[in-house]
Amino acid sequence: MNKKALIQQIIFWTFRIMSIMVVILLFAILYFITIRGAQAISWDFLTKSPEEGMVKGGIFPAIIGTLYLIAGSLIFAFPIGVFSGIYLNEYLKDGKLKSFIQLMTNNLAGVPSIVFGLFGMALFVNRLHFGDSILAGSLTLGLLVLPIIIRTTEESLKSVDDSYRLASYAMGATKLYTIKKVILPLAFPNVITGIILSIGRVSGETAAILFTVAAYFLPKLPHSIFDQVMALPYHLYVLTTSGTNIEASRPVAYGTAFVLVFIVLVTNVIANLIRNYFNKKYKA
Amino acid sequence: MKKIIEKIQVGILAGSSLVTSLTVLLIIVFLFKEGIGMFNKSQLEEGYVLTVNASNPVSEIDATSIKNVFDQNITNWKQLGGKDEEINLFSIDDLSNFYSDEQVGSDLEYLDTCMNDYVKNHENTLAYFPRKNLPKNFHGKEIQVGSISVYNFVKGKDWLPSARPVAQMGVLPLLLGTLWVSLGAILLALPFGLACAIYMAEIAHPRVRKILKPIIELLAGIPSVVYGFFGLIVIVPLIQKLFHLDVGETALAGSIVLGIMALPTIVSIAEDAIRNVPNTMREASLAMGASQWQTIHKVVLPYAKSGILAGIVLGIGRAVGETMAVLMVTGNAANIPHSYLQPVRTIPATIAAELGEASYGGLHFKALFALGCILFLFTMILNIYVQLVLKKKRVK
Repeated sequence: MNKKALIQQIIFWTFRIMSIMVVILLFAILYFITIRGAQAISWDFLTKSPEEGMVKGGIFPAIIGTLYLIAGSLIFAFPIGVFSGIYLNEYLKDGKLKSFIQLMTNNLAGVPSIVFGLFGMALFVNRLHFGDSILAGSLTLGLLVLPIIIRTTEESLKSVDDSYRLASYAMGATKLYTIKKVILPLAFPNVITGIILSIGRVSGETAAILFTVAAYFLPKLPHSIFDQVMALPYHLYVLTTSGTNIEASRPVAYGTAFVLVFIVLVTNVIANLIRNYFNKKYKA
Repeated sequence: MKKIIEKIQVGILAGSSLVTSLTVLLIIVFLFKEGIGMFNKSQLEEGYVLTVNASNPVSEIDATSIKNVFDQNITNWKQLGGKDEEINLFSIDDLSNFYSDEQVGSDLEYLDTCMNDYVKNHENTLAYFPRKNLPKNFHGKEIQVGSISVYNFVKGKDWLPSARPVAQMGVLPLLLGTLWVSLGAILLALPFGLACAIYMAEIAHPRVRKILKPIIELLAGIPSVVYGFFGLIVIVPLIQKLFHLDVGETALAGSIVLGIMALPTIVSIAEDAIRNVPNTMREASLAMGASQWQTIHKVVLPYAKSGILAGIVLGIGRAVGETMAVLMVTGNAANIPHSYLQPVRTIPATIAAELGEASYGGLHFKALFALGCILFLFTMILNIYVQLVLKKKRVK
């Protein structure tokens, strides 16, 4: 083997090993949380309220709270995100306005979540007097995931071949009719991946709900959208940093972390499956 | 009729597309309105007054000097531009040193009269007490405490937002804490991120890449509290043991956790940049007899340089704005950092930790919004830079 090839081998193996280390890191995190978290999971853990200063009992109110937040943020972000994606891809021509809107959408995606929290508190909680509530939290989280939904909608519309549009126009269909009946149904599975990724994001988001909705401890379930709720990520934060008995609440913390990771894992896998299936189907 | 309905529907689509721009605008308005408000607010604790004898020539003292007076670092009026006399400090906190319970009454109902007498009879006093106890026909005069200047805000070395009688709002320790933790994170993430990106884009078999990509995405999807939890339970004790420290919650712990979190951003953008290098470039290089590594090193990487840089910058942006994980593992001491083995506190962590206890509309509250403004501006500038770079590349 000459020197050139030897150097290449050494370097390539270095890269390979470093990449493997990243993979090992991910699995170490997953393993660590799964192995201890799975022990805490039981039917009671998932269906009971926290008891005895949150060292015993379950995380039911936090699960319900997170579900409310997922639903609330998506009710708001899904239509606006999809509409916005349609308008950007189907109606707006490449130009200053389009690049400005895309720039702003990407900027919004880069805003730190704690800034969303501040903004949500200033606008929804204080200015609009929603108080710390599901409504305020959902709107804040909705804005947070809006760029994800817009981007995936845009991408999936872009991947629909122009021949479909032209065929529809040739049949005398209007543009809107074409979008509704031809383009959207084709692109929809891919649009869904944006929703699924948003679910993962919303269920794990903490900083944005700290001051807009999250309750430290609230055993009863919410009655209206103006109530506070517990949420899984904030519950984990409370358990690890400011619980009454941090050591004793460790098992509950592991269990909560496990549920969170589980949600993210499942949403990611589903999103990938849909994407793969769609790509294959489309190519064929 | 049908046309009108269609027009309305298209109008709804167009309106939706403006929501993100509108949100960015609203964020700017609300953040800056509150944030800038802090520069018009007196640094003296709300609901309290500082008073002196009417004959005292001093009528305004800046916040730093007041802190020094109460810390006994300034003891003479001369240092504040007054007469050469010792400062006789009266603080409501030490009320029992001056008056008995009978004299002021059980609900402090006679404190007004006491204060009026005290300030009148003590020419060199500086008295600090609640505004509600300020006598109606007061014989002394009130000292004006200036609001904080932008300069002092940025350069101040102390972050003591609930200090009495004057709050100290120096961002420097928080700013440096944020930069230290983020730079450390990038330095740790960079070699791994680049190696991963190059491996996935140039070296790995497509099948391996297909496995690696979702794994990197998953790394990006794990919530930041979970990273914080992992850091707190695994990395923090490890650091404590490794370096024989009293506490493991350090800047280093923050950098490691943030490094892991910034990794996916760097990998995915750098990989895109490398894959966007036209194949003709590679083929030309290989045809000249260069090895694959030489091609990557001399042709592909230089071509993809700006895109890779964009990934790094965006990674820094992520790290700077990250809140929960950092809050959980860095120990949150608002000191100017001197070593990676000390606890530090970052800007986002400060907002998350303190906003709950800051009273609505007060100086502290507004100062936290001002921190939010700094954070927003910083990430916004990085974002716009990145997008311009990536766009230019695409046009090429």
